[in-house]
Amino acid sequence: MKLKLRIWRQANADTQGRFQDYNLDHVSADSSFLEMLDLLNEQLIQAGEEPVAFDHDCREGICGMCGVVINGLAHGPARGLTACQLHMRHYKEGDTITIEPWRAAAFPLIKDLVVDRSAFDRIIQAGGYVSVSTGSAPDANAIPIPKKNADLAMDAAACIGCGACVAACPNGSAMLFTAAKVSHLGQLPQGQVERHNRVAAMVRQMDAEGFGGCTNHGECSAVCPKLIPLDVIGQMNRDLIRAVLSR
Amino acid sequence: MSPRTTPWNLDDLHTTAAPLDGRVPAGPIESIWDQHRFHMKLINPANRRKFTIIIVGSGLAGASAAASLGEMGYNVHNFCYQDSPRRAHSVAAQGGINAAKNYRNDGDSIYRLFYDTVKGGDYRSREGNVYRLAQVSNAIIDQCVAQGVPFAREYGGLLDNRSFGGAQVSRTFYARGQTGQQLLLGAYQALARQIHAGSVQMHTRSELLDVVIADGRARGIVTRDMRTGEIQTWAADAVVLATGGYSNAFYLSTNAKGCNVTAAWRAYKRGAYFANPCFTQIHPTCIPPAGEHQSKLTLMSESLRNDGRIWVPRQAGDSRKPHEIPEAERYYYLEEKYPSFGNLVPRDVASRNAKMVVDAGHGVGELRNGVYLDFADAIRRLGEDVIRDRYGNLFDMYESITGENAYKAPMRIYPALHYTMGGLWVDYNLMSNIDGLFVIGEANFSDHGANRLGASALMQGLADGYFVLPYTLGNYLAQAGKSSVDSSHPAFAEVSSEVQDKITRLLAIKGRRTVDEFHRDLGKILWEYCGMGRTAAGLQKALTLIPQLRAEFWEDVRVPGSAADLNQSLEKAGRVADFFEMGELLCLDALHRSESCGGHFREESQTPDGEALRDDAHFSFVSAWQHTGDDALPMLHKEPLEFKYVKLSQRSYK
Ligand SMILES: Cc1cc2nc3c(=O)[nH]c(=O)nc-3n(C[C@H](O)[C@H](O)[C@H](O)COP(=O)(O)OP(=O)(O)OC[C@H]3O[C@@H](n4cnc5c(N)ncnc54)[C@H](O)[C@@H]3O)c2cc1C
Ligand code: FES
Repeated sequence: MKLKLRIWRQANADTQGRFQDYNLDHVSADSSFLEMLDLLNEQLIQAGEEPVAFDHDCREGICGMCGVVINGLAHGPARGLTACQLHMRHYKEGDTITIEPWRAAAFPLIKDLVVDRSAFDRIIQAGGYVSVSTGSAPDANAIPIPKKNADLAMDAAACIGCGACVAACPNGSAMLFTAAKVSHLGQLPQGQVERHNRVAAMVRQMDAEGFGGCTNHGECSAVCPKLIPLDVIGQMNRDLIRAVLSR
Repeated sequence: MSPRTTPWNLDDLHTTAAPLDGRVPAGPIESIWDQHRFHMKLINPANRRKFTIIIVGSGLAGASAAASLGEMGYNVHNFCYQDSPRRAHSVAAQGGINAAKNYRNDGDSIYRLFYDTVKGGDYRSREGNVYRLAQVSNAIIDQCVAQGVPFAREYGGLLDNRSFGGAQVSRTFYARGQTGQQLLLGAYQALARQIHAGSVQMHTRSELLDVVIADGRARGIVTRDMRTGEIQTWAADAVVLATGGYSNAFYLSTNAKGCNVTAAWRAYKRGAYFANPCFTQIHPTCIPPAGEHQSKLTLMSESLRNDGRIWVPRQAGDSRKPHEIPEAERYYYLEEKYPSFGNLVPRDVASRNAKMVVDAGHGVGELRNGVYLDFADAIRRLGEDVIRDRYGNLFDMYESITGENAYKAPMRIYPALHYTMGGLWVDYNLMSNIDGLFVIGEANFSDHGANRLGASALMQGLADGYFVLPYTLGNYLAQAGKSSVDSSHPAFAEVSSEVQDKITRLLAIKGRRTVDEFHRDLGKILWEYCGMGRTAAGLQKALTLIPQLRAEFWEDVRVPGSAADLNQSLEKAGRVADFFEMGELLCLDALHRSESCGGHFREESQTPDGEALRDDAHFSFVSAWQHTGDDALPMLHKEPLEFKYVKLSQRSYK
């Protein structure tokens, strides 16, 4: 099929970016969205132009490296899928597709569609772990965990850290990302000891990174490729209140 | 220097007389690791801070090592090419991780896990290493649970297990279909804690481009900052490579796009031995390529073979839709040929048989490049809900990729490159033949012999990083002391100028073909001649074609953009340049090993039933290749393999 692409091009954070239009032919309906970008890039290179920079790695929806806004939607139109899992059969001959980077104050742009998401790492570094050094663990079956809690922990732990939640939020908030980790560890007995310190430290870091606040739009969960439920935010807020009260 | 276009003259192959020593301590296998640890030299906790350790890679192996060494008080620098350590390709492992917990009370033990792993590796691994792997496997599960890894549980709250990859015991722990992700997040979080504590400095979007060795000891590395293009040098007292496998030499594989052999290859070119490169694993259940645009392949979990039946039309060239082909005209080739194992034969057997039927013209799908994996019987027997419950996420994934509904029509599958058992040679301490250069995880060759069992790579990566390297590295540093050189040593300037030159050269070619075009062509050669079935004639052909294509690459590749910028074409070009060299060694090793074993199938060496036929009398050794110059044949060192505990036998799945 033939497509019209409008792609955000920007050499680096210090220069002005703009949309550039491309016509792309011979796109197979069986190719993935990123393979469609590969095809464009092959043609740009052949024509002596610079290819479009975009992040990707696993191309199977689990590493969280890919992520672009497609016609206004983070990761595109398919619910529960990352951009790398989206396939071109979702589009038809002659469609126009606009492709932009994540836009958020806390995710500075590096080049074209590539942004810097290291703020996410720093939120985890602030406290998103259980402090257990190698070698000091008891037998794995020493602490039974109700299946329900283990399942809820897994639901939250499924986050791939792609940043779509931030990109979709009108406030550029990282609440869903942060709350997913708080909820994952908070469901488990192993996570109880540091529960209050953890949530306080992570939220502090989140604010320091320049992410916006949550005003309950719910866009984050709607675009989440792993369908992390909005409930985790409520849980985090409750933990946060307890953390403040227990000071 | 212009690259060689002619094939190596194989008559020049030289094997060193002295056997290579894996340095496994003597003694009864149950106690050598404990004894070895007892005899190790220790470093006073207060002094550890003075030792700098470089760890390249943040997958299960690298992240677990970096976290553990950071906790112990060393000064650690950790590098990865992604924008976050959490994205290493370990994240993509689906199935699970083995341990000898025997929670099922089904007769498992450390000894049985050891035995199965040596046998599964078709008797081409080192007994001492494998025993230790089985020994530390239980502590891995304890550690991960303590970190909060949400493994699957039963209603009683205890951990669930499943049987995986044909094992007769249930020893596999799993977290839905995302075991690798959850284990990696556990290690990543432990790493994050050390980054926060200041003991580990993390360098993301940093690609290792070379290794610095001076006076016989690893001294540091040279990296490129992928955002700015800056070439940087890093000195350390020891260097650890945890950079994963080289499946991407074949272009299409289940690995992530960025997976590469550069770190291992650069170390090889500086003197580290590369062991058993021809031991590659092909996974039978992947989604077949849909066309030339295909950029990678996706694995469908092996567990699907528990309920799916594999077949092709009995008549070659039959283009009817699957439901139009009556039962009598379907060829359930695995069930017919292997009545007792049927669809559950091991990975290599399933893969080879798929290739045979497709090559014989029975392939299905538009491109005739797959076989059916059919759930119709299972759905009739168990109902669609049960199948959805078991495999729903896989069926969804299949549909998102192919647009086909596998509840209604059979899946199409075909084998793909998945894992590489070969890698840099290491001794029992996980140190290469270069002092101070350690290699862990998939990047080394150590534990899986000629074939890796399902759910054992995650185990090995974490065993190396949490429970082996932290000891053996400390022991090394206690004896070797601090490295006397820093990055002002001329070796650093020399290596970084070579790195610069290579980049300048790649950008200056300004040819006509893109890096991906070359990579795809290299992959086709390797897949055709060094894939599932290998012959002397085919491998010789590949050894002629690769140098020619490589020379074309260096004359005609087009790498746009500049060196001082984020430049993904340049990144790829450097990796593909290394694959071009590595691919040649891969074929040489495959040609030299004229036996079949595990994933290495030489068509000349098979049993009357068509099974891999080992030649223990001539090939019971590890092939460790030493670089001797760009034009010269590498030199072969042999590490003899002795089997004192596991009895050698011929596999049979009839
Ligand atoms: C789809 C899939 C499913 C699998 N399923 C299972 C399973 O169920 N069970 C099982 O046991 N095994 C499984 N495996 C195998 C297993 O996942 C891997 O062997 C293992 O995770 C490798 O871990 P690693 O730490 O050695 O390497 P990786 O996780 O690949 O990490 C490599 C690291 O090195 C870094 N790196 C690489 N090159 C450079 C460079 N030049 N410069 C800087 N950094 C670099 C990367 O950034 C990354 O951090 C699976 C593999 C695949 C592909
Ligand atoms: S590339 Fe890994 S999630 Fe898309």
